[in-house]
Amino acid sequence: MAPGGGWGHLALPTRIQSIERAAAVLRLLSGRNRRLGVVQIAGEMGLPKATVHGILQTLAAVGFVEQDDESGKYQLGAALLHMGSSYLDGNELRARALNWSDALAARSGESVRIGTLHEGRVLVVHHVFRPDDSRQALEVGALQPAHATAMGKVLLAAYRYVAAELTDEDLAGYTSGTITDRAALEAELRVVEERGWADDVEELVVGEASLAAPIEDRRGVTVGAIGISGPVERMMHNGGPRTDLVSFVRETARAVSRDLGAIPW
Amino acid sequence: MSERYVAAVDQGTASSRCLIFDERSRIVSVSQIEHSHIYPRPGYVEHDPEEIWRNVQKVLAQAVESLDGGVRDVVGLGITNQRETTVLWDRATGAPVHNAITWQDMRTDHLVRELGGSEGTDRFRDRCGLPLATYFSGPKIVWLLDHIDGLRERAEAGEVLFGTMDSWLIWKFTGRHLTDVTNAGRTMLMNLETLDWDDVLLDAMGVPRAMLPEIRPSMEVYGEAGGDLAGLPVAAALGDQHAALFGQTCFDTGDTKCTYGTGSFLLMNTGAEPVRSANGLLTTVGYKVGDEPATYALEGSIAVTGALVQWFRDKLGLIGSASEIETLARTVDDNGGCYFVPAFSGLFAPHWRSDARGVIAGLTGYISKGHLARAVLEATCWQTREVVDAMNSDAGTTLTLLKADGGMTANNLLMQSLADVLGVPVARPLVAETPSLGAAHAAGLAVGFWTDVEELRAQWHKAAEWIPSMDEAVRERGYRKWRKAVARTMEWVDDDD
Repeated sequence: MAPGGGWGHLALPTRIQSIERAAAVLRLLSGRNRRLGVVQIAGEMGLPKATVHGILQTLAAVGFVEQDDESGKYQLGAALLHMGSSYLDGNELRARALNWSDALAARSGESVRIGTLHEGRVLVVHHVFRPDDSRQALEVGALQPAHATAMGKVLLAAYRYVAAELTDEDLAGYTSGTITDRAALEAELRVVEERGWADDVEELVVGEASLAAPIEDRRGVTVGAIGISGPVERMMHNGGPRTDLVSFVRETARAVSRDLGAIPW
Repeated sequence: MSERYVAAVDQGTASSRCLIFDERSRIVSVSQIEHSHIYPRPGYVEHDPEEIWRNVQKVLAQAVESLDGGVRDVVGLGITNQRETTVLWDRATGAPVHNAITWQDMRTDHLVRELGGSEGTDRFRDRCGLPLATYFSGPKIVWLLDHIDGLRERAEAGEVLFGTMDSWLIWKFTGRHLTDVTNAGRTMLMNLETLDWDDVLLDAMGVPRAMLPEIRPSMEVYGEAGGDLAGLPVAAALGDQHAALFGQTCFDTGDTKCTYGTGSFLLMNTGAEPVRSANGLLTTVGYKVGDEPATYALEGSIAVTGALVQWFRDKLGLIGSASEIETLARTVDDNGGCYFVPAFSGLFAPHWRSDARGVIAGLTGYISKGHLARAVLEATCWQTREVVDAMNSDAGTTLTLLKADGGMTANNLLMQSLADVLGVPVARPLVAETPSLGAAHAAGLAVGFWTDVEELRAQWHKAAEWIPSMDEAVRERGYRKWRKAVARTMEWVDDDD
């Protein structure tokens, strides 16, 4: 070993091809609900099927990917999701957001929902009634179309590949205001991402509007959306969403996000 | 004129908090400081009353800081407190003679057994509504009088004063020695009918009347605070569970609330007459509005509810956080025939069996961790059902709605199961801080900020409601199985254990 230079070959930034390929596979599969087959992945990466199969088997063995029994397709594994910060249990999210969402309902006078993405749609994980003692049913567990709701737009803006995967059937029109055109949706998501909140004005239900903002974990990854919804005459002012309501929603989203940064109890 | 507010101080077991409410009962400010727990010996749990007083002043100052006019915007202060925790202090100097002995402290274990004598734990139940147990203040006072030299003589001379946390704080705020009827009712020294100290109870325990505070209604202006808070009326005091009952606007006979935490406390308003329980439930004063007659309540506590979820997390390690139990439970559709009776230190109301220990019944090879998670959650539901049945039978009422609060209300599956098991809707209020809200409501009523309880009732809003969806036959079959599981917990403890 030559003096002074003995460790040189270790210090060199050598890169291991198989790890790079595995990372590329994971990147392709990134997103909780994205599922791809071996052929698709091999095609995307320009690699032989057998090579991709070997990588997937190895990743499956360590729990980083999982194979769906029925379709044979692969998705990111639970182990990876738990390691990454983009995974947050919806029930955990509800527990952490409970007091903040109650306060949002009290301040805004409207119903509050928290949603996460689930197979291209918005899964309602928490619902606080509008504080007016009218008859209301708990909507926890319900699915809403992502492109037609403020919460959905917030989530799609953060997870563009989910938006890209939405089928024409997914982009159904519910009112004349629903965004059903891909380019228009993409433009809308860019606006949402830029300003940090979303609205839906009679895009799901005529006469109703909603507002939402992202809930982020300590690394800035969007883990859910929180929003309010109500009749347009209460939600809107001078043709736009009421600025005070937008502030309430954004402040609440930030407060929940701050709390998520804390150590879990 | 700027807006007006009511402040509540919640002097709890773990921390002291101050919440400020606006006229529509919305929280506008919160501050909180935890205090230290002192463990001089196993089973002993003390707090430092001076530390708690400093913290209460700090949280009040912090909470009013955010108001435009500071404390001048606050029309009244209500106090709600950890119950039964006992403070003795010197009348002349105001200095505590000992640390506060908390409700959790078990040092009076022997003493309460001696006091029961041949008549047992129910010796004083007729007069005070409570069984002899380590929680209550009376025996804690006796312990202090017995263990500190010269204290009994000084107490008899009126030189040493007793108070629960409400009294201690009112004394510090106003210089007056008072307690409210709900706190006095947890000493075992107050007569439930006369709502005054009972000479028979004082004689039996040997507690001098001279050291006891005057018993006042839960809401009236007790006095004004001094110092930085000069002019602030101290206008209400209620024990935490009683304040929660008031904050949940349980103003009518039969109205019931349950606070779900580590353990759970179910209180039912039973109206103007105390109801004697045939099922070992506690009879207590719900609250007393000014000169109006007192409103009574039945209280049933469940020792192990959230604590079972914590046990499942910490001892079995099947979940990483308490919330994840819902996720795990939802991996299966039902309990798979599995029932979990968490009689960790015996069975309490309505069974009262100290020889019982926990069981998991109905185990088969089919049972997975998901089924166990279901059984853990359902344990809280079935235990609630047993207490509700006992209350219905004691009070001759029929529960029609359960108002739930506390941390476990975040668990949606639990709340739905609760509605299913009880067969009545379960509602969660928009303001989850029900003890503070109750204390604020009480203080606001006393100073005329609100006119009457109807105005308060209109301000209670449902944040969520769970409607029963379980078939009656399924519910009854589940209850039958639960009772069979409960039967299997009994006679486990042997003499040589």
